[in-house]
This record gives sequence, structure tokens and C-alpha cells, in this order.
Amino acid sequence: MSLIFYYLRKLFTVLKNEVIVLPSRVVVVLFFLFLLLLPVFTEDPYLLRIFTLTSIFAILAASWDLLSGFTGQMNFGHALFFGVGAYGAALLNRHANIPPWGTIPIGALGSVLAGLIIGIPCLRLRGTYLALTTLAFPIILMGIVFALPNLTGGELGISGIARLAGSRVANYYIAAVTMLGLCTVMWKVTDSNTGIIFHAIREDELAVRAAGINTTRYKLLAFCLSGFFAGISGGLYAHFMRIAGPSTLEVSMSFQVVIWAIFGGIVTIYGPVGAVFVLFPLLELLRFWQEYRTLVFAGVVLLILLYMPDGLFPWLRDKIETECPRCKIRNVAIRDTCRVCTAPLD
Amino acid sequence: MGLVLNIIISGLISGSVYALLAIGFSLVFGVARIVNIAHTAFYMVAAYCIYFVSQKMGFDPMGGVAAAVVLVTLLGMISYKIFINPIREHEGAVLIATIALAIALQEIMLLKFTGTYLSVPSLVKGYFLILGVKVFYQQLLTFCVALGIMAGLWVLLMRTKLGLAIRSTAQDKEVANLMGINEARIALITMGISVGLAALSGAVVVPLAILEPHMWLHPLIMMMAVVVLGGLGSLKGSFIGAFILGFAEALVVFLAPMGAFLKGSVALSIMILVLLIRPEGLFGVSFEEER
Repeated sequence: MSLIFYYLRKLFTVLKNEVIVLPSRVVVVLFFLFLLLLPVFTEDPYLLRIFTLTSIFAILAASWDLLSGFTGQMNFGHALFFGVGAYGAALLNRHANIPPWGTIPIGALGSVLAGLIIGIPCLRLRGTYLALTTLAFPIILMGIVFALPNLTGGELGISGIARLAGSRVANYYIAAVTMLGLCTVMWKVTDSNTGIIFHAIREDELAVRAAGINTTRYKLLAFCLSGFFAGISGGLYAHFMRIAGPSTLEVSMSFQVVIWAIFGGIVTIYGPVGAVFVLFPLLELLRFWQEYRTLVFAGVVLLILLYMPDGLFPWLRDKIETECPRCKIRNVAIRDTCRVCTAPLD
Repeated sequence: MGLVLNIIISGLISGSVYALLAIGFSLVFGVARIVNIAHTAFYMVAAYCIYFVSQKMGFDPMGGVAAAVVLVTLLGMISYKIFINPIREHEGAVLIATIALAIALQEIMLLKFTGTYLSVPSLVKGYFLILGVKVFYQQLLTFCVALGIMAGLWVLLMRTKLGLAIRSTAQDKEVANLMGINEARIALITMGISVGLAALSGAVVVPLAILEPHMWLHPLIMMMAVVVLGGLGSLKGSFIGAFILGFAEALVVFLAPMGAFLKGSVALSIMILVLLIRPEGLFGVSFEEER
């Protein structure tokens, strides 16, 4: 009993001292609560469907950030991982009758394999070469998919896959909880030693190599990790939509991911997730404006970039928080002195 | 024999179109370090512009070509000034700005002309026979015009003062600036030339192609493959790479079963194989300081 009280007190202290003091952390907590409590307030199937899809794509955008944002390996073919995950899960489900909780991880392992296969030739390339080369891989796979219609269903894709779960609410919870869990894992990865090395590779690969770190191995690791998370989102998508079609491999899919991630702000993980939660429902909101909605979407992206070239969320965060010049701890912008070292903030 | 000739014709035509596109793309990348995804979107806009001027307004097709090139070049320079120039330091932002621009252009065309397939009649009618294979005059014209434009571009780059300025900016921006070259203006002019080339390739290809708002995607991918294969910033590389991939596509389409589906895959696989052996492309200059 006293143990429970101890943990409650600890939780309360953490909330008071670490969460309430920073608006960005409050927003994250509110975001978690909102996603977890949404079905309590509404069971509108349309709303749940949008948020399920948004959660699935948020995993995808965050996984792009893990690879391209953190290690700086611009990947223009992220749809490859998504498509391999989706097709892998669909094929396993249709032909081997494995239930979704088995097919999604195995499909994601297929994406890891894809990450290894494209990672090995791509590691010799840098910058723009890499970006333009990776664009090719999903298209090559799409050609193969079209050339083998018996196995992959060709243009129509593989349909009639098992449902993710029995009910809409369960579907929603699977997607949302997986998203929150995986994004926390990704955020933790980028905060760990490995993440610091990823970040260092982005800034100056030569210096990292000079420090005795095998950068090739770390870049390959980034490809595999990113492939795994993107593969999971692909598998979830296939089981949620109950179809895995060539649209998962399209160029526009790859571009979409890049737009989400850069719009939200790269090298953050939370940026791409937030961007998907802004842009995807926005696109749905514009549905009564069918013909104009993609145009409006492109316009919004162009205009926001003009004013916030580093992305929306880092810009917002800089507006509401300042960094202490002495101890580098973040504070609310309205404070005069740092909350830890009491140095004056300017 | 007819098959071989067909492959040669088809390879030469798509090769020369890819070469025109890739040279423009590579030029603006070399000078301004912009990866312009919207490059082929301008090509699509030019094609629609010709359709509109010659079919809807009833002007001469040649007038349509001239109007398209001028208007699209202006459009390219204006959008560069408004959307790309202010964020040029942010590489990622430029990237999605050009993607968003391409999507916006596609959507505008979709609104204006709907998604139905359109076509433009040939500028010159008729054909002649070689070994029993029909060669349309339009195909011959497309090929010759493409070669002519490339020759003109070569003269511009190698024999004029502007060309010298463009080449020196591509080589070293800072030093070019110190030598009194207005780098910002050269970037704008290069963008104009590059978009103009895209418009011209749209103009020469439009009688042979089907117009639809998504027609920019396939050339975009092939153009990027050409540029990577030939080596970024190398015009000679783009030229040779374009014909390699053009012929690869033609061979697959005519010889392999299900070839139409696989043509992109095979061309891109060739690019990846070359990159495995030569990571900087066939004629790539490796930018040492950027590594």
C-alpha cells in the first residue's frame, strides 16, 4: 500500500517539477491523454478512422526522421519500407494465415532486410546522390509487383486481409498505442549514445570516423531501425485498410513522408509526428472542397516554409521557450531567471 | 530488322528528351545547389500551354511553342524568386518547397484541364519508310531539335561571357562572387535557362506524348536517374547517361514480356549497378569539399 503511495507521490513530484514547468512537455502529456481518451468521448467511426490512419502515418514520418533527419542520409524512397511492410504482412496473412500480431513484425523484418539491401550500395553515396538513388528502389519494386500479378495481385493489390482487430475502437487503440510506444522508443534511441553518434554523422562524418567510430555500421543500423519502424506502420496500414496495393510504393508516398517530416521540423522526432497530426486531418477537413484540397495543401506547405524554414514545431518551441545561456536548460519564455541556476535570461 | 530499327528510334527519341531535361536539372543543381523536383512539372505545364494556345485559342502550333517557352520560363523565374530564393540556405526546405510547387502545378492543371487524356497533333505530318519501319517526320523533328538545342546550350556555356559566369559560379560560388560575378543574378538566370530547357523539351515531346496532369512523374524519375548515372554537374555525363537509359528502356519495352511495366525498373537497376562500381557516376566530378 505504502509502495503505491510512494509511486503516486513520485509521479506527482515529477509532474510538478519536470512537466508543468515547460509548456512543450505539458503539450506532450496532453497529446498522450487526448489520444488515449478520445474514444471515451466520441465513437464517431469517421473520426476514429482518421485518427487511426494519422497514427499509422505518424510512425512512418518519425521513422524517416530517424534515418534522414538524424544521420542526414536523405532517403527519397521511404515508401519502399512502407510497401515491403504492407506487402509482407499481406502475403503472410493471405498465404500462411498468420494473424496480424504475427504478420506485422515479420513484415517489418522484411523491411529491415530491404534496409540492408538498399543500405549497402547506398552507403557509398552521399547527399544528393543518395537522395536521387533511393528514389529508384520503390519504383524498381513496383515494376516487379506489376510483373508478377499472380503473387502480388498486380495493379489491384492483395485484398481480403484479416482485420487488425474486431471493433473500430480496438483498431484505434492498437494504432494509437503502437504509435505512442514506437515514437517514444525512437525518441529514446535518438537520445541514447547511438542517437548521439547518428547526429554526429550528420554534422561531420569525417570527424566521427576520426574518433574511431565505424560510421558505416552506424549508418546501416540507422537504415535497419528506420526500415523496421516504417515496416510496422506499413503492416498496420495493410491490416487496417485490408488491402496492400501498389499505391503504398508510389513516388507520391515517398514525397508525402518527406513533406510531413520537413514541415514538422527534422532532427526532433516529435516534429514529424506533430506534422502528420496537423496535415493529415487538415487534408480530411478540406474534403468538402474536393478539387482544391491538394492545391491548398501544397499552398500551406509553401507558405509555412517561407516563414519557418526549420519546420513548424521547432519554430513554435522557440517562441514559447528560451534556453538558459549558462546551464543550457530550457525555460518558459516569460521567466526572467533560469529555473535551475537562476541566471538571468534575456 | 524492323525491331532493331524500332528500338533505335524509340531509344534515340526518349534519350534526347531525357538529355534535355537532365541537362537543365543538372545546370541549376551545379550553379545554385537546388534539387529542383518541380523541373519536370514545368515541362508538363509547357505541354499544356502548347495545347491551350494551339488547340483552344486556335493559334499556329509554332506560336504555341514560343508562347509556352516564354511563359513557362517567366513562371519558373517568378516561382524561384518567391518560393525558393528566400529559403536557399535550408537544403531540406528547398527540397519540399519544390515538391510542393510541383504538386501545386499539377493540381492547377488538373483543375483547368481535368484529368482526361489530351493530345496535340504533330507539327509536321507524314512519315517515310526505312526497311519497312514507319519513321514519322515528327520523330525526326523532335530528335533534331533536341540535338540543336543541346548544341546551342554548348555554345552558350562555352563561348559566351554569361556561360563563363555560370560555369565559374558552379565551380566555386565564393570566388566567383569575389571576381565580381553577381551570384544571385546568375542563379536566377540559370534557373530561367533550366526551366526554359524543360519547356522546350515539353514542346518537342508533346506531339508524341499523351497529356495528363501526372505526366511529369515518369520523366522526373528517369531524369534523376540520368543525372545520377552521368554524374551530378557533368553535362557530358547527362548526355551519355540519357541515351544509355533511353536505349535500356526501349530494349525492355520491345524485347521483354510485360516490358511496359518493367521499363523503369530495368533502367533504374542499370543506374544502381553503375553506382556500385563508380559512386560518383560515369563522368561525375567529386566535390571534395562537400564530402
